[in-house]
Amino acid sequence: MIEHLPVLLVVLPIVGGAIPLVASLYTDRAGWSIAVVTMLGHAVLAGLLVQQVRTGGAVSYEVGGFAAPYGIELVVDGLSAAVVALISAVSLGVLVYARRAGPHENTFHSQFLLLVTGLTGMTVTGDVFNLYVFLEITGLAAYGLVASGREASSAVAALKYLIIGTVGASLYLLGVGYALAATGTLNMADLSTKLGEMVAYDSTLALTAFGLMVGGLTVKVALFPLHTWQPDAYANSPDSVSAFISALVSTVSAYALARILFSVFTVEFLTAVPAARWALIGVASVSIVAGSALAVSQNSVQRMLAYSSVSQFGLVIAGFTIATPIAVVGATVHLVGHAVMKGGLFAASGIIERQTGATTVGGYAGMGSRTPLAAGAFAILALAMVGVPPAIGFVGKWYILVGAVNAGIWPVVAVLLASTLLTLAYFARLGERLYFAEATIQEETPVTDGGEAVSFGMISVVVVAAVLAVALTALVPSLETLLNQTLPQLIQ
Amino acid sequence: MTLQLDLLTTHYNYYAVVLLLGIGLYMLVESPNLVKKVIGMNIFQTGIFLFFITLAYRAGANPPVVYEGQGPYVSPLPHVLILTAIVVGVSLTAVALALIVRIYSEYGTLDEDTLEKLYYD
Repeated sequence: MIEHLPVLLVVLPIVGGAIPLVASLYTDRAGWSIAVVTMLGHAVLAGLLVQQVRTGGAVSYEVGGFAAPYGIELVVDGLSAAVVALISAVSLGVLVYARRAGPHENTFHSQFLLLVTGLTGMTVTGDVFNLYVFLEITGLAAYGLVASGREASSAVAALKYLIIGTVGASLYLLGVGYALAATGTLNMADLSTKLGEMVAYDSTLALTAFGLMVGGLTVKVALFPLHTWQPDAYANSPDSVSAFISALVSTVSAYALARILFSVFTVEFLTAVPAARWALIGVASVSIVAGSALAVSQNSVQRMLAYSSVSQFGLVIAGFTIATPIAVVGATVHLVGHAVMKGGLFAASGIIERQTGATTVGGYAGMGSRTPLAAGAFAILALAMVGVPPAIGFVGKWYILVGAVNAGIWPVVAVLLASTLLTLAYFARLGERLYFAEATIQEETPVTDGGEAVSFGMISVVVVAAVLAVALTALVPSLETLLNQTLPQLIQ
Repeated sequence: MTLQLDLLTTHYNYYAVVLLLGIGLYMLVESPNLVKKVIGMNIFQTGIFLFFITLAYRAGANPPVVYEGQGPYVSPLPHVLILTAIVVGVSLTAVALALIVRIYSEYGTLDEDTLEKLYYD
């Protein structure tokens, strides 16, 4: 049983995801309970797996018993264990939020569990083609979830997301084709040794494979200028969905990019081909500045949060590309921290909208007193995102900054500091509106759905996210020990 | 010159790949009609499928059904990968078409430019 953990983590949500569809024959309200039970199981398995990795090091599993370079291998090391735990925790939080916030249909919960399957699969796989399949499962579920909004605009946003996302995944697949042509293998560990031996790192074949695979994944991560699908998708989907996908989909894609960098192409490739490294650092740096600048110019709060993600993921990718131990730890901390903070911010903005009808920066004026808990959590999460110590946002940024200074990569240092100022600019503007401005929206705003729009569960999810944004700092040392087992293999 | 002619006659599959990728991507970006965009997406993916299948080819080799003394065989691996990728492509097309049906019933148009105007109103 215990040795099958990695594969069970993927099998459980996909089987659980099929049940609500069957249950639809009898009742339309069983989806939530089934999803919660499945995710509790997922959380237990994830906890066991993290424990196993902590005590025994990386876990590898051969699917169907086919030996590693030929069959599909699942590999869980410190980095993937951290991401699996994050997926479990965030999904449970979103389910608590979605209990009242909806959507309530069984199909929503099926898609939700399908998305968890895709994300978990991307995290645990050790095979580049298998990663493509899970990338597309994640994509398909995410397109469906975005389209589950009531307004017709959500279908337009989902189609845009689908077309751009498919091009990204297809480019990745083409890159896999080049890597296969170069080495004849799809296993990540096998690729990492054969890429240096069978073809030179700076050969056209290896460079094309790198460019296509990394380029395809940056579409999914939503780095500037390939981010155009992301603000529409986040702003037009239901609140639970925007909290869920903003917290996890880009996060796991960024993890996959790190996996391709370290476990397939390795740091040796990055040192052998400085152009590739500088290209990625360049894209990440442009993303950091452009994302923040676009966020400052937004009027809609959700679109502002979406553009803020473009900037934060630039930071994460820059941290991974610097590829020194401290920068990689920083990038991982920021990856996890950003998921909690951004998911919490989207959830809080959903509650504020339900309670007051405010969706724009101007509309947030004076709402601090009308929704004290949600607004308070929003403000704390926003400050954490700016990087005010002792919040988790500070720790991640600080490690990446120190890594960049040590490695002498000054452009990253410059854009990181500049973007922190811009982040402060747009979040301080919101904070000022919330607490120090006269209300522009009248007290009597129509509440959607009828009845109480905001449940205790929704508020508590947001408050827990705000508490975690600060408390996670205390967990950084244990994350570091988890990663330190893995880092020597990742960054030789 | 002879070398280039040689490339032209032996690598025509790859030219087809480049052509399909180019046509698909161009249609996907340029066509204002949403259905044609999806068709472009399919053509783009077909280019990738052809690329993989071409990788597997080996001159004078047999189909990968193992018999005594029948080798060499073409590589079966890319065929299997592309079977999976085709399934993924079909699912994507289905989801895309479902979304287009919904967009058409709500907005009454398939034209991207008209939609853009309605969308930002």
